[in-house]
This record gives sequence, C-alpha cells and structure tokens, in this order.
Amino acid sequence: MSATTLTDLRGADRIRHLPFWLGAVGVALAVFLALRLIGNEYGYYAGYFVLQYVVLASAWNILGGYAGYVNFGAAGFLAAGAYTAIVVRKAFGFDLIPGIFCAAVVTGLLGLGTGYLTLRLRGVYFSIATLCLAVVLQTLVVNWDYVGGSRGAYVIRPMTIPPFASYGEYIFLVMLVLAVITVGIARTVEVSRLGRGLQAIRDNERAAEAVGVPTLRLKLMATALCGALMGVAGAPLPYYSGYLNPDAAFSLAFAVNAIAMPLIGGAGTWAGPVIGAVLLASLQQAATVTISSALNLWIVGWILVIFVTIAPRGILGWFGKR
Amino acid sequence: MSILLKAERVGKRFGGFVALQEVDLELRTGERLGLIGPNGSGKSTFVNCISGDFAQHDGQVTLAGQPLNGLKPNERARRGLARTFQLPQPFNSLSVLENVRIPLLFSGAAAEATPRAMECLDQVELGPKALKLPRELTQVEQRRLELARAIALRPQLLIADEAMAGLSNAEVDEIVALLLRLNGQGVTIIMIEHIMRAVTAFAERLIVFVAGRKIADGVPREVLALREVEDAYLGKQ
Repeated sequence: MSATTLTDLRGADRIRHLPFWLGAVGVALAVFLALRLIGNEYGYYAGYFVLQYVVLASAWNILGGYAGYVNFGAAGFLAAGAYTAIVVRKAFGFDLIPGIFCAAVVTGLLGLGTGYLTLRLRGVYFSIATLCLAVVLQTLVVNWDYVGGSRGAYVIRPMTIPPFASYGEYIFLVMLVLAVITVGIARTVEVSRLGRGLQAIRDNERAAEAVGVPTLRLKLMATALCGALMGVAGAPLPYYSGYLNPDAAFSLAFAVNAIAMPLIGGAGTWAGPVIGAVLLASLQQAATVTISSALNLWIVGWILVIFVTIAPRGILGWFGKR
Repeated sequence: MSILLKAERVGKRFGGFVALQEVDLELRTGERLGLIGPNGSGKSTFVNCISGDFAQHDGQVTLAGQPLNGLKPNERARRGLARTFQLPQPFNSLSVLENVRIPLLFSGAAAEATPRAMECLDQVELGPKALKLPRELTQVEQRRLELARAIALRPQLLIADEAMAGLSNAEVDEIVALLLRLNGQGVTIIMIEHIMRAVTAFAERLIVFVAGRKIADGVPREVLALREVEDAYLGKQ
C-alpha cells in the first residue's frame, strides 16, 4: 500500500448529510424569525426576491456549473413554471403548493425534452439552442389567450393564510423552504455519483465517455433536474406579484442573473450560487429602493465583467474552495 | 487461445476521403499487438472505430464474441474495452484519486471505489500523489494516470494510443515495463506507437497500416524487414 493513507481516503466516500441539513434548517429558521420580529412586509418582499434567485441560480448551476453546459434559457424555464401555476389554477383550481408540484413536473419534462434535442450540441451552440427555447416559449405564451396572452393574467390571492400574519409572510416561507430544498438537492448532486460524472463531463467529455461515464444519460438527468428546479423558482411568481405578463415572466434579468450569480459566487459548487444570489439580489434590491430598478442589469453587468476579469473562479475561488 | 477482438471489413470515410478500407483483425486473448504506420495511415481511425469514438461505415466488430456495433464508447468501456489518448486527457478539476474513482463509480464498483482506485494508483506508482491535481504531475506521471484510469475498468482489452509520445528514453522504458506488467496480468493490449524501440520491445505481433489499408501482419522482426514496410516509411527507392 502506498504512503498515502488509505484509511484517510476511505473517509472521502462517506458524505455527512445530517450536519448540512441541520445547519440549513437552522439558518432558515433564524432568517424567518428575524423577519417576523422586524414585522415589516417589505422584508418578506425583498427576502422572497433574494430566495427566488437562490433557487434559480442553484438550479442553473447543476447543468451550467457541474456539467459546464451554459444554459441561456433560464427565463424560459422560470416562466414555464409560472405559467404552469396559472394554467393549473385556472383549469383545476389548484392553489400555490399543488401548482409548484405541477410546475416541477412540467418544467422537468420540458428540461428532459430540451436536453434530448440539444445535448448533442456543445459550447455556444448549446447555449444558443437554450436561448431559442425561451424565445419559442414566449411567442407561444404571447399568443395563448387562455393564459392572458400579451395582456397577462391576474391571480387573486387571499389577504392572509392562517396562521400567518400576511400572505407575504406565507409566500416568503414557501420560497424559503424551496430554497433550502433546492440547495440541499444541489449539494447532494455535487457529492453524488451523478455530480462526479457531470464534473468529469465538464472537464473532458470524450475522456469521460472512454472511462464508462454514460454522458448523455447524466446530462439528461441534469437538464431535467435543472428545468424542474427553475420551474419551481417561477411557480410562486404570479402569487407573489398577483399579476404576470410575458415581459415580466421572460425578463432578461432572470436569464442574466441565473448565469451571473453562480459565476460570481463560484460555479461548480453548491455554495457559490447561494453566495452570488444573496449578494447580487440584495444589491439589486438596494438599488431598486434607493436609486432605480432600471439600474439592476447595469450593476449585474459591471460586477460580472469585474469578476470574470479579476476572479474567474468567483468568490469561493479566493478561498481556494474550488 | 480464444479470439478476444474480431474486426471484419471495417471501413471509415470522412466525406469523400476513405480513411479505412476493409480492415480485418483477429486478436487473441493476452496478445500484445503493435500497430504502426506513417501519419495519416489510419491507425488512430481504426482504434477509434473499435473504441466507438467513430462510427464505422462498414464492417463488424466483436469483443469476446459480443457485437460492439452501435454501442457508445461508455458502453464499450463497461464491457472491458479501455483506451488511452495520444495527449493525456485528465479531469483537470478533480484530484488524481477522483480521476481514477470515476470509472469505478460507473462500472458497478461504487461501494469500493476508493480502495480500488488506490490499488490502481499503486500499480502505476502514483499512490503518494493521490490527492494532487493532474496539473501538478509530470508528463510521464500524467501518462501513468491515464493508464491507472484505464486499469480501473479491469479491461479485457487496452488500447494505448501513442502513450509514449514526447517522453524521454527512460520514461518510454518505464511505460513499456508497465504495459508488459499489465499484459502479464492477462490484459490484451494494442499499442499504437511511432517509437520503434518501444514497439519492438513490447509487441509480439505487428500490423502495419498505410493509406487506410493493412499491408503487413506478423512477427515484428519479419514485418519490419518487408520491402513494402520500408517503402511506406522511407519512400520507394
């Protein structure tokens, strides 16, 4: 046996999940209680905004960060989730929670289908294909009267849902739970066989195939999971704002932030998108209330340029975590 | 000894260019085959057809009696066909150990991936560097890492595609010794190589490709003495 101690290395196979979940639930509980103590409705509004991006950025990272397939169609998946929630509400009377489940299924299948059609493409060609998907979906929604077409659709939400003090508090809590689950899934994927396979694909797809990694199957799993979680990020959107139109649902801000946040935090790690989303989304909220919401993408653009130039491995790269 | 690999009338075209023409090959279990030929003669195209990197246009390939046609490279790898590349292609963001764990995770040995990966690294004398990144390895160590990753598949057939390109004489000897050791453990090996010293030291059978065709097949000493082989390498007198 070599000098490297095998006993130490065996430990690498044992991933401890319990401390992570306890920590995540603890942090979520602390955030919720802190906002409840403050008791300001804007806190829930801003918190939802940040958490929505935690979910979206973590979802993007599964395909873009772990497997290296850059998806420009995040807004398309998010909007598909939002409109699924509207459709199932209108057709079956489903409320927010069942709507989220339906959105996960629909956008998961959409991700699988998109992956099947596009994953033979690499690099910029794949990215362009995902961008086209968002354009196709937006055209479809704009011309679909059932969901309001270009006029948009209203969701009349209740003022309160007992035992919560307000609907804002309720929907914030829903998004908080979704964020914890999404980050947990992203971390589990990262340390699992699936994650290792995706990382091998990112580093060298041909070599991965040669050593037995079923590259297409893993990429399809990643696109389905990524699509489902992006849909989950979008499903509460019509309930959050009470109104949804195609311009808001397919906003460029979603597509840009979904890429910028993992890159700034550190793509390819579960923590990177969380750090990037909390920093960038908080900054955008601050800019919105102090200067103008029109500045948001301008700010993101500059920060992205700065990071790509001076810290291409993101914030976590500074600490040697990746 | 039984036939491990059988290729019948394998052909490959790139547009109008015929890269391989009706190549036949029967390889016995445990054999050490050297595959030589000038640049562009079709050696790599042939092994790429066998490994599944290229889909051949004509012919049949079987491994241990099982047809490989239509199978993806990863499916062929899991059936015991391993290969290395002309340029080392490590997974750069993963440690040396993780590089070798990857094939084990996907070949039904996930539960014992780490100890098995360490065994493979020890076989190529990379055990002490298990936690380093591939970029921290020397050229010959990266070649050994490629071989460790291939060994992890417990291959029946190993294709070493110019595994010694760019190495010093001492390093070439090191890799040849390693390949001989693997062959001694029962692995059938095809070595594609331009370094004749390595080929003659390793191969017990030699095949020569020229312009997509097999022009010679036999014992190395006899094959290298053939006029056609000399003409192919040095030009016609």
